[in-house]
Amino acid sequence: MSDDRAAVVVTGISGNLGRVVAKQLHLSERVLGIDRRPFVGRPKDVEHVQVDLRKKKTDEVFRRNRVKAVIHMGILHDPRMSAEDHHSFNVLGTTRVLECAARYGVKKVVVLSSANVYGPSPNNSNFLTEDAPLMAASRFPSVRDLIEVDMLAHGFFWKHPEIETVVLRPVHIVGPSVKNAPSNYLRLERPWVMSGFDPMVQLIHVEDVGRVLIDALKPGRKGVYNVVGPGEVPLSAVFRELGHRPRSVPHVLARPVLHTLFKYRLASYPPEELDHIQFLCMVDGSRWAAESGWTPRFSMRETIRSVLGE
Amino acid sequence: MNGRLAEALKQGLRKWTESMAGDDLEDRLAGERPENEYGVDPFGFSLEYALSAIGPFVWLYQKYFRVQTFGIEKVPRGRVLLVSNHSGQLPLDGAMIGVAMLTEARPGRAIRSMVMNWVPTLPFVSTFFARVGQIVGTPENCRRLLEKDEAILVFPEGQKAISKLFPLRYQLQDFGQGFMRLALETNTPIVPVAVIGAEEQAPAFVDLKPVAKLLGFPAFPLTPWGLPLPLPTRYRLYFGSPLFFTGRADDDDAELEKKVKVVKAAMQTMIDQGLKARKAVFW
Repeated sequence: MSDDRAAVVVTGISGNLGRVVAKQLHLSERVLGIDRRPFVGRPKDVEHVQVDLRKKKTDEVFRRNRVKAVIHMGILHDPRMSAEDHHSFNVLGTTRVLECAARYGVKKVVVLSSANVYGPSPNNSNFLTEDAPLMAASRFPSVRDLIEVDMLAHGFFWKHPEIETVVLRPVHIVGPSVKNAPSNYLRLERPWVMSGFDPMVQLIHVEDVGRVLIDALKPGRKGVYNVVGPGEVPLSAVFRELGHRPRSVPHVLARPVLHTLFKYRLASYPPEELDHIQFLCMVDGSRWAAESGWTPRFSMRETIRSVLGE
Repeated sequence: MNGRLAEALKQGLRKWTESMAGDDLEDRLAGERPENEYGVDPFGFSLEYALSAIGPFVWLYQKYFRVQTFGIEKVPRGRVLLVSNHSGQLPLDGAMIGVAMLTEARPGRAIRSMVMNWVPTLPFVSTFFARVGQIVGTPENCRRLLEKDEAILVFPEGQKAISKLFPLRYQLQDFGQGFMRLALETNTPIVPVAVIGAEEQAPAFVDLKPVAKLLGFPAFPLTPWGLPLPLPTRYRLYFGSPLFFTGRADDDDAELEKKVKVVKAAMQTMIDQGLKARKAVFW
């Protein structure tokens, strides 16, 4: 590559959000992607190194190129994967990226975390601020490494004051081809809902998240921020908008039944996820909005309908 | 089919509410509510839902408990904490204060009250409470709502007061200090409220603690007829003059306690006067 501008490294670039970021960012910056998966539909001027983040080769990418910033979203969440692999990929991968950033003089690190780190709970305030404790692990052992990633980034923020570190905790990300748990759930024609429970939920469009990640690259931005989309709606209103007909299941039955179905691989949602459709896990995104002047581009209706591919 | 039935029920209830409280009820309400295109505010309150859902409570208010209010005009506009005594096994005292503020105050106000954090674990109840504006009583929630200039009802005696036994009627239990901290922090006036009548609606003589434990309830008081169904006592709601406090929210407990005692004394005086003024419990 003849491009000798300082690059922005994007980890997890082959994922849905990664591709969105690449497409928005390559118009103005030199983009250097790292992902062990192939990058389908890669724009010509985006470089891609196909390597596992945990491997030594990640160091090389930083050594050989002048890197001015990192957007780290090489974090996976797959309930079917063994806890060990999951943990190793997320935590060791993040550790390596942060080490490289510190060693090779990167000036800016943006880490994608999630509002799920707070965890749904009947004790939650309606809108959690950034200083709320990260309680998700108490009920969801499977998200423990996502919390660890968030904490690693948080620790890095304090340890390296010379680097502008931004940790972003967006609400449920949805989008046309996004394959995460909330998007898949909303696509179900006959989804389960817990009878008598209709919690308020917050959604954000994948392209809006892309814009936030890029905005976080601006000089001066640093710290931990919740990021919200166009607002809050009851879960029932989301399904009404989508024209889906939920099945009401008593919550006392739902847990043991889903536990069994999941165990025999007949369901793809672990039973702990039921907390998300029973209790609140909403955040206050006003700090990010105030400090960056951010507003979502997609309306509530567009954000909801995006899961249908519209 | 199911949907149409629910819709018909909603319309019917709404008409019922309006036939009792006046069909201009919605227009009489104060201020703009920040509802989105799905008809809810960020906390999940839905005015449309509430106006249907409160039908039975307006009936209880007008026909069953035949509530009389005194001094409701003293409640100031803007942020305010309504602080009330609590009793009756079922939180109908809160509901009646809510109906009074909605239908009798000018302008009408949809108040919030703070519920315990076991409410979100109850099916149907959790949804109902959220849609009519009730919020889990965390200090963060309360602060956020006061900063939006809302009216909030709190029961500083807490759960132990609602399930207290009959011999303790009209004796204020220990107050928490949380409401005072919030009032100081957000510069909010406190309006003491005395509810007369609720304390006789469901006299309980024993609290079956093992049963409560088994069911995960905070208490299990038993009325002579078993269930906590209320008798048609007559409710009288007394609203006091707003009290303004200044000082540091993070002051010593002893300092806060002095201020809390002022509120408690005001309430006890109102309760005693209210009891003296009434001629009978049921009419």
